[in-house]
Amino acid sequence: MEKQQFYYDNKIVKLFFWATIIWGVVGMLVGLMVAFLFLFPNYMEGIPWLSFGRLRPLHTNAAIFAFVGNGFFLGMYYSMQRLLKTRMFSDFLSKLHFWGWQLIIVLAAITLPLGYTSTKEYAELEWPIDILVVLIWVVMGINMIGTLLKRRQRHIYVAIWFYIATLVTIAMLYIFNNLELPVAMTGMKSYSVYAGVQDAMVQWWYGHNAVAFFLTTPMLGLMYYFVPKAANRPVYSYRLSIIHFWTLIFIYIWAGPHHLLYTALPDWAQNLGTVFSVMMIFPSWGGMINGLLTLRGAWDKVREDPILKFFVVAITAYGMATFEGPMLSFKNLNAIAHFTDWIVGHVHIGTLGWNGFIIAGMLYWLAKKLYKTELYSTKLANYHFWIGTIGILFYSMPLYIAGFTQAFMWKQFNDAGTLVYGNFLETVTQIIPMYAMRAFGGTLYYTGFLMMVYNIWKTAKQGSKVEDELAEHAPLKVISGKRAKNEAWHSWLERKTILFTVLAFVAVAIGGAVEIVPLLLVDSNIPKIASVKPYTPLELEGRDIYMREGCNNCHSQMIRPFRSEVERYGEYSKAGEFVYDHPFLWGSRRTGPDLHRIGGKYNNNWHFNHMMDPSLTSPGTIMPKYNWLHKNTLDYSTIAEKMKTLRALGVPYTDDEIAGAKASVEAQAKKVEAALHEDPEYVKNYGDSNMQNKEIIALIAYLQRMGTDIKANKTAQK
Amino acid sequence: MEVIYITMGVTVLLAVFFLLIFFKNVKEGQYEDTYTPSVRMLFDDELVKEPTEEPSKEIKKTESQ
Repeated sequence: MEKQQFYYDNKIVKLFFWATIIWGVVGMLVGLMVAFLFLFPNYMEGIPWLSFGRLRPLHTNAAIFAFVGNGFFLGMYYSMQRLLKTRMFSDFLSKLHFWGWQLIIVLAAITLPLGYTSTKEYAELEWPIDILVVLIWVVMGINMIGTLLKRRQRHIYVAIWFYIATLVTIAMLYIFNNLELPVAMTGMKSYSVYAGVQDAMVQWWYGHNAVAFFLTTPMLGLMYYFVPKAANRPVYSYRLSIIHFWTLIFIYIWAGPHHLLYTALPDWAQNLGTVFSVMMIFPSWGGMINGLLTLRGAWDKVREDPILKFFVVAITAYGMATFEGPMLSFKNLNAIAHFTDWIVGHVHIGTLGWNGFIIAGMLYWLAKKLYKTELYSTKLANYHFWIGTIGILFYSMPLYIAGFTQAFMWKQFNDAGTLVYGNFLETVTQIIPMYAMRAFGGTLYYTGFLMMVYNIWKTAKQGSKVEDELAEHAPLKVISGKRAKNEAWHSWLERKTILFTVLAFVAVAIGGAVEIVPLLLVDSNIPKIASVKPYTPLELEGRDIYMREGCNNCHSQMIRPFRSEVERYGEYSKAGEFVYDHPFLWGSRRTGPDLHRIGGKYNNNWHFNHMMDPSLTSPGTIMPKYNWLHKNTLDYSTIAEKMKTLRALGVPYTDDEIAGAKASVEAQAKKVEAALHEDPEYVKNYGDSNMQNKEIIALIAYLQRMGTDIKANKTAQK
Repeated sequence: MEVIYITMGVTVLLAVFFLLIFFKNVKEGQYEDTYTPSVRMLFDDELVKEPTEEPSKEIKKTESQ
């Protein structure tokens, strides 16, 4: 058949190329800022939008969606065109995808530091941006499927299957986890439609699969394309790669519950999560072995080529992280590691090692291809490799030690049956040297990354201009898409399998989301505890401040049923206590102590002083000051709308309560403030500064309420 | 824990979706040759230096629209 000539779109590849680099620089810089906050908690004193609770989500979102996201799109746009022997489906959609995604990132970088957050990890963006994310994702999907349909190569190479799995799965997960009801169509604020345990379950079903399908499958696709290309030899076993893909996607989606071991999730669901997590080691290691063995007989090249070095360490890091993952899913190991820095170390083996190095190797390789030149300096790339690798080790190893140390300190009892380290702060100051080493490791890694930026910049300068590339290939034998004359309607639809499956899937998904979700959740029959009541209007405002400041990034609200935790914090957390929590705020890391039973533990003055300057009440603490809460006037103008929104989600606020919401805020604030007058120091300094109008009062009201409904129940029974 | 019906339901749906695609692939013969694709992908940037006279312009035109 006659060959057709066509151009590969290299211009769009170039755009994603530089976006990846720029957002890598930004995302990792924010990560470093956060790492140094552990050492110098107040170096950004008094700047609310640079406080830890707001920067941490910015770091995770920038690293995941901006850096790795653009890296995936970069590799996908480059490889799909060449593997399928066609230009992308539509230049317009390619550009829309690119600029839409960058707009999302910029909006995230503005709104997250301003405190607009849903608090759900890796899904913090508020509802208008969520909608934009879904739209742009669909744009990308149409572009990808369109490209598949107009391909000139019948066989779809395995890398593309990994891209497709990413496209479909992330779309589903993102939509279901971000179902939320806006307080007002004109405002950014919204509440998750799920509450408490249910919200936690959806969140970690999403959270786990965000790692699986945003940080793993796209990267595996890149591995299957760029590692063989860079080594110039075929993948070790193509058959294994196909088995790898199908087993991986079928097993991965069931492993989510391992994030909720020892919580109120039903046991069978926890065990199911563990079983599938353990099984994950087979596909993961199958893929790792396949990647490494691709270099069989090419190890002499690895010695000389920094690109292959990056790939080797990336694949090895993938192997390490996916060995650790199943191990951490065993309940006994999870009981130790959960809530500690071990998890942070584990995650960064995956992100710095696996994602970061696959992308670095790919960037170097593509710099040569796009600019049709050699690397400006191979030596500099080698230095980057070594500094980066040492950086990863310095980052992760101290955190493993920190995790173990802290977990064992939390659990240590002395002979008398009391906690050896009853003061939580002791378990924090112990691991500060580890935080210092982590920050050092991060700095090394970042230095290496900046060296790459310089190297690639110089490479681009010395190279030629990026042009679309001419290629040729015979077209596929076309089977008409139109219905044949006597063909039955369904037979035609069956022939169009892609169309059929996509349509069916979209239909069911939308139907499910719209009909099933509210039906199931509004009148939930989680065992309710009679004494658990909705938050008062002031407490609700306080809870929103807690969310805005990102307190959940360092403090959990989930006391597990261990003797050590009950001894330290109080009665373990029950599912029924969270039925009005939209969203749940269980957290995933205890940089500070759990707060679920903080209510009534200290007096109002303690909280007042603690937020003003934590080192006043807890000398040596690494918690930063939150002193703007004492200056900001509480804005409760939307309290009635907030309560109405929550009522629509099943929180039983009465009409009277909503009508009297503002009065109720004022009355309770006055009470909270009056209690502060117990302390003569307070009266002397703030006695007449109208403190009852400030945000701190609402936050104190919320903190004093937290976890007290059950205690109230107990005293009532006695 | 009704939410489990959602997460499980969606997960099963997703699995069925992928299973259908898998069967389709097998049926279409995507996996009959498990060697050639791994080698073919290495040769995908054998570039054409000069466009041939007539057809290329046309195709370039349609492609870049």
